[in-house]
Amino acid sequence: MSTSRTDALSRLQGAGRFALELEAVSRHFGALVALADINLTVRAGERRAVLGSNGAGKTTLFNAITGDYPPTTGRVRLFGEDVTDLPVHERIRRGLRRTYQISLLFDGLSVIDNIYLACRGVSRRRFSLKRPGRDDSAFHTAETLLSAVHLDDARDMLVAALSHGQQRQLEIALALAGAPRLILFDEPAAGLSPTERTELVEILQSLPDHIGYIIIEHDMDVALRAAESVTMMHNGRIFKEGTPEEIENDPEVQELYLGQGHG
Amino acid sequence: MDARQLFSGNSLLSELRPGPLVAVAFLLAYPAFASDFFIFQIGAYSLILGTIALSLTMLAGYGGMVSLAQLTVAGLAGYLVAILGDNSVGVMGLGWPWWLTVPVAILGAALFSVFVGAISVRTEGIYTIMITLAIAVAFFYFVRQNYVIFNGFTGFAGVEPPAIFGLYWRDPAPFYYLTLALSGGFFLAVLYASRSTFGLSLQAIRDNPRRMRALGYDVTLHRIVAYFLSGLIAGTAGVLLVWFNGRISPGSVGIDVAIDILVIAVVGGMRHPVGPFIGAIAFVLLENFAIDLIDRERFNTVIGLAFLLVVLFSPDGLLGIWNRLRDKLRLGRNARQDARRGEGGERQPAESLEQT
Repeated sequence: MSTSRTDALSRLQGAGRFALELEAVSRHFGALVALADINLTVRAGERRAVLGSNGAGKTTLFNAITGDYPPTTGRVRLFGEDVTDLPVHERIRRGLRRTYQISLLFDGLSVIDNIYLACRGVSRRRFSLKRPGRDDSAFHTAETLLSAVHLDDARDMLVAALSHGQQRQLEIALALAGAPRLILFDEPAAGLSPTERTELVEILQSLPDHIGYIIIEHDMDVALRAAESVTMMHNGRIFKEGTPEEIENDPEVQELYLGQGHG
Repeated sequence: MDARQLFSGNSLLSELRPGPLVAVAFLLAYPAFASDFFIFQIGAYSLILGTIALSLTMLAGYGGMVSLAQLTVAGLAGYLVAILGDNSVGVMGLGWPWWLTVPVAILGAALFSVFVGAISVRTEGIYTIMITLAIAVAFFYFVRQNYVIFNGFTGFAGVEPPAIFGLYWRDPAPFYYLTLALSGGFFLAVLYASRSTFGLSLQAIRDNPRRMRALGYDVTLHRIVAYFLSGLIAGTAGVLLVWFNGRISPGSVGIDVAIDILVIAVVGGMRHPVGPFIGAIAFVLLENFAIDLIDRERFNTVIGLAFLLVVLFSPDGLLGIWNRLRDKLRLGRNARQDARRGEGGERQPAESLEQT
């Protein structure tokens, strides 16, 4: 298994080569072991899908990486730097982003203000008591992102008034703001129509090469089209790793998926 | 729709509408026709209470942090003015000049507010209220029992504003204008800053602190900075309050008054910085004239009932009632205009037919 390469050597080279290294990461909630001994490396720019049934520990894995719920044991390295003891916002400032399974947005603010804040989050002048002017660079970036996720028409709408699909698009825009290097997408296609799913895959495929991502997705079509490598999780452990074809044709994976009626 | 307008106007100039202009004209001309009692006891006092409540609206309405310690912050500034400046009690009264006393008092209050923030910002909702309530109670008992610095139960009297430009600033009209200038300044500052990067980030933290962390914001630090800014507002109001009363004692920072501030902010409405001032005017009027409606022992019941009704029927306070009324009027007017335009539209082709 490729995870055994997480050794001293790869760590030395890690600064440039690995976006993410997890070393023996576990997460317990009381007696419940949500993640057990996860070893995982993701190359810079790599696009990986994480598959697994409900309760396999996929979202917990994301929470351990971002620090929302830090790992109980084990180390997390981002771009070669040990971030295990850093708070969430410090990890984000190092180029990590994430989206949430259930949209976490700012309901009382307009769409453009949501994106503007996302652009401002990793830059300076977060505490400015001045109103952002038209010439503000973060404001320009926000306008660009607004178009990138096809939300121009909803620019000044309150987030609370958006449709589900639009909220999912905004969710992605927030994660793309401010020069990300590794993005964690938590079921970005959940509840989207087939057309919206196609648009989503297009957005993912159009991301610049240096931006890597990990995507949790139940829709195999989306997952396999958007990823070059796949990690299969089961019961809080890594079950299989490989290329999409390898995973798709793996008898054990098929049995696991078919056995649970996912087809 | 309303919230959108309130929070997202792009410049202050575009927010100038006839209503506010009339309000400004009224406030400026008020001392010309009001009696001294109305200028001082109603006007100036409403503005002071409104400013303290504004500091709470800023924290709670924009930042989602309900603090019961805003009066305590204001009270500390008042005490500092009496302690560092002059008082007639013979305890403390270091005799500092006003230009040193006032900034130190306000800054001291703001730093105390930072302290309140630092120990409460990691909590949410009811726990924030409990912690800030505990601080308010602790401060009340501390000043009541400490005689060396705070002169205990008696507190301080004879605290006078300075005489500048040959004016006695505690006269009704000068004091009213001083209060109006400061509270108006804070009102505009909050209105402007609500659309600033910091103001937006504070509202976003209110809506979703977890997501703000995931965007790179240090949520705790942002909240503490909000406490500092609200401390500047509450502290300034505290200085005005001690000048207004001429005295300060534990009773000025009691829990009943601290709750009044919360009531004012909630009843006024927290969606816009004008809310706390509307709430304060309503509160001060009721406090002064409820006695005329009912006998002396029952006037608190009237106040309580009035506020109960407001909160029951309008969760966003008097401001919410006003906004809904205005929307209804507008809708009615638009509907009538549409109807008229519709009739006109039908008539036109008929006329043109006649012409042909």
